[in-house]
Amino acid sequence: MSGFTISRRTMLTGSAMLLASTAMPALAWAQTPKKGGRLVLAADSEPRNLNPAIVASNGVFFISSKIVETLAEASFDGKDGLAPRLAVSWEGATDGLSATFKLREGVKWHDGKPFTSADVAFSALQIWKPLQNLGRTVFKDLTAVDTPDDLTAVFKFAKPTPFQLIRNALPALSSVVPKHVYEVGKIEDNPANNAPIGTGPFKFGEYKAGQYYRLTKNTDYWGKDEPYLDEIIYQVLPDRTSAAAALEAQEIQLAAFSAVPLADLDRISKVPGLKVITKGYEGLTYQLVVEINHRRKELADVKVRQAIAHAIDKDFVVKTVFLGYAATATGPVPKNDPQFYAADVPTYAFDVAKANALLDEAGYKKGADGNRFSLKLLPAPYFNETKQFGDYLRQALAAIGIDAQLVNNDSAAHIKAVYTDHAFDLAVGPPVFRGDPAISTTILVQSGIPDGVPFSNQGGYKNPALDALITKASETLDTTARTDLYKEFQRQVTADLPLINVAEWSFISVASDKVGNIANNPRWAVSNWADTYLAG
Amino acid sequence: MTRALVLLRRRLIGSIFVLLIVVIGTFLLLEAAPGDAVDAYIVSTGGDAGMIELLRHRWGLDQSELTRLANYLWALLHLDLGQSVTFSRPIRDVILERLPTTLILMVSATALSFGLGSALGIYAGARPGSFRDRFLSVASLALYAVPGFWLGLVLIVIFAVDLRWLPIGGIETLASDRTGLDRAADIAIHLVLPVSALGFIYLALYLRMMRAGMAEAWRQDFVLAARARGLSRRRIVLAHVARNALLPLVTMLGLQSAQMLGGSVVIESVFAVPGLGRLAQEAVAARDTPLLLGIILTSAVLVILINLLVDIAYAFLDPRVGASEAGA
Repeated sequence: MSGFTISRRTMLTGSAMLLASTAMPALAWAQTPKKGGRLVLAADSEPRNLNPAIVASNGVFFISSKIVETLAEASFDGKDGLAPRLAVSWEGATDGLSATFKLREGVKWHDGKPFTSADVAFSALQIWKPLQNLGRTVFKDLTAVDTPDDLTAVFKFAKPTPFQLIRNALPALSSVVPKHVYEVGKIEDNPANNAPIGTGPFKFGEYKAGQYYRLTKNTDYWGKDEPYLDEIIYQVLPDRTSAAAALEAQEIQLAAFSAVPLADLDRISKVPGLKVITKGYEGLTYQLVVEINHRRKELADVKVRQAIAHAIDKDFVVKTVFLGYAATATGPVPKNDPQFYAADVPTYAFDVAKANALLDEAGYKKGADGNRFSLKLLPAPYFNETKQFGDYLRQALAAIGIDAQLVNNDSAAHIKAVYTDHAFDLAVGPPVFRGDPAISTTILVQSGIPDGVPFSNQGGYKNPALDALITKASETLDTTARTDLYKEFQRQVTADLPLINVAEWSFISVASDKVGNIANNPRWAVSNWADTYLAG
Repeated sequence: MTRALVLLRRRLIGSIFVLLIVVIGTFLLLEAAPGDAVDAYIVSTGGDAGMIELLRHRWGLDQSELTRLANYLWALLHLDLGQSVTFSRPIRDVILERLPTTLILMVSATALSFGLGSALGIYAGARPGSFRDRFLSVASLALYAVPGFWLGLVLIVIFAVDLRWLPIGGIETLASDRTGLDRAADIAIHLVLPVSALGFIYLALYLRMMRAGMAEAWRQDFVLAARARGLSRRRIVLAHVARNALLPLVTMLGLQSAQMLGGSVVIESVFAVPGLGRLAQEAVAARDTPLLLGIILTSAVLVILINLLVDIAYAFLDPRVGASEAGA
């Protein structure tokens, strides 16, 4: 077997695993790919809108990335971490005002019509820029897409736009949908949003609400001899314990996105015929972050924030909350990012005495009851781990004389309380690092963001120097200079602590030994699975 | 027959008020819950201020609560349940798709708990105080005390994972293109575990009611008379004691239907059964107010109908009840 089927013990020996895994070479498989078969896997949610050009989210990609393709996909060993898909080459102009994509020849839509540059232009201008959750930010300065011929698309920007950003955004933001299907009527109401038509290796088959999605093989796929599978069935299993049971009963062959809870992994890794895989999610890193409301006068003091950082035992969090399936964080860019991560940032070692001293220094002496002040702590309910870390943080704060009151909400209520009402002092959030700090990381600390924007700075933090740095980086075209600015960004954030990064984690897959070519790119679960196969 | 008709008319008028209270109450409760459908939606997508505003407008959430309630009631008057914001489909279609599944589950589970519960109750109550009586009482109470999801999970582990006799969940084999009897048999096999999990929990209620009713009946004069007539014990148990103890169980059947609907929320999640209960849970999480209102309205109508049927049945079984209602 290959080298990435790791047990929990080997995982625990180095929490730098996430870092190491990106450096691993592409894996050679002993088995030879086999054609045919039906892959059945667990799905824990049912996205209603399956158009990844409009909704760029992992829940949607999980299903629709097999149907609708992007211009490029993330890759372990490709140039700039990319592998070509609908685009075969790309180049940014030195002035940052245009970017040229050469498109793949001989690609057909699932309805038989040819794929051309007009489809790319339509998707970019009519969908990514005005409608897509992430594209609205990244493509905000896109003004036109020229199509000199059927296989060339030239993106034109109103303001110089770093090509590094566009490149990093390609895997998640560049889903191309057919112009001839979408040009009639309102894009949001198009029936193809629920039954997507793409160029991918699989066609949309059917959706039975509450039961399953069925994708079927695209026999006209451009990839030679691909796809291998005849069918993919996503079985809807809403209860988190049922995915593990279904794997053991051999009713499903794969549970991705940590559908099997961490606590069950140790047991399930011992079941013959099943393997636990921690690779294949490097491009989807989640960050465990303590969000801080700087409107509270105590928390506006950097000494108090530093004290809180010193009070958190990150190693303990990785070991107990994540059972070792995570890495400790140093700052706002995860360690496993190959382009931007800076290691030389101020760090805050676990040191309760120092934390207490900092709080005394800040003028918050312990009262007669041993408390300095009280806080409202809102852990995000989206993951078990964010909730459990909330419990841990309450105890860690108690040790330094801060009385934290836990407020538990469901998802909708939490989003409203933190990002619209600002009814929190501390919150625990899981922002996602999307391969470039400009996509969804800098807004976590930038000022001037309107109320109600989720996963953004809603803590009232305002730092003109940091804002200026973020603006400068967003306009810097040279890749090296831009990367250096984001390294400086990490140093400033970790020094002033507008938020506290605690850990970085991603998902775990559990699969039958029969499933081949798993986890062979950094966004495997949300890639096209053209080469995934079932051994006999 | 007229007795039943009077009862029917009386109930229908009352029901309309009940339904109105249910709708307005649910609407207000949901409005009081923090966060709206857009907040629930952007959890998985994120998005900037412009996109959020766009969504609120599209889903009509930028209107005032009162306007939305008035619009809903007006549409309801025209028997229109509205459009689900998360499914982007008419709510009537979404509910009709799930209703049969929940009905099959409920009816089967009720039949199991009522049938087996009363049979065991007769068995236990035939000899009050005996070992089998005490054993059944304790065993059924233990089952009643078990949380539904736990019972479901244990059944899955034993019968689906270890023994592999039965499927772990779902309502039928996925994408199998079965039809007719073949499909019916497939659904039946899939229903064994969820129906057992749901039915066994409520079995204790019927068992204990039956047993208590029988213990009561043993002391009645007509049982003494039957004994004096020299009837066999079996005949006394079945024809005299059990028959009289059965009446309160029928009432229970009506009351139980509402609880069964509540219990199916949990069971449907554990067994991945695409029913109304799970839909309700999803609607709450997504803050899909019109969808949840539609589900609750459907459930309320269902409970009212079942209770009406029970009352009609009761009126036939026990002339005293119907007479007092109709005569009042």
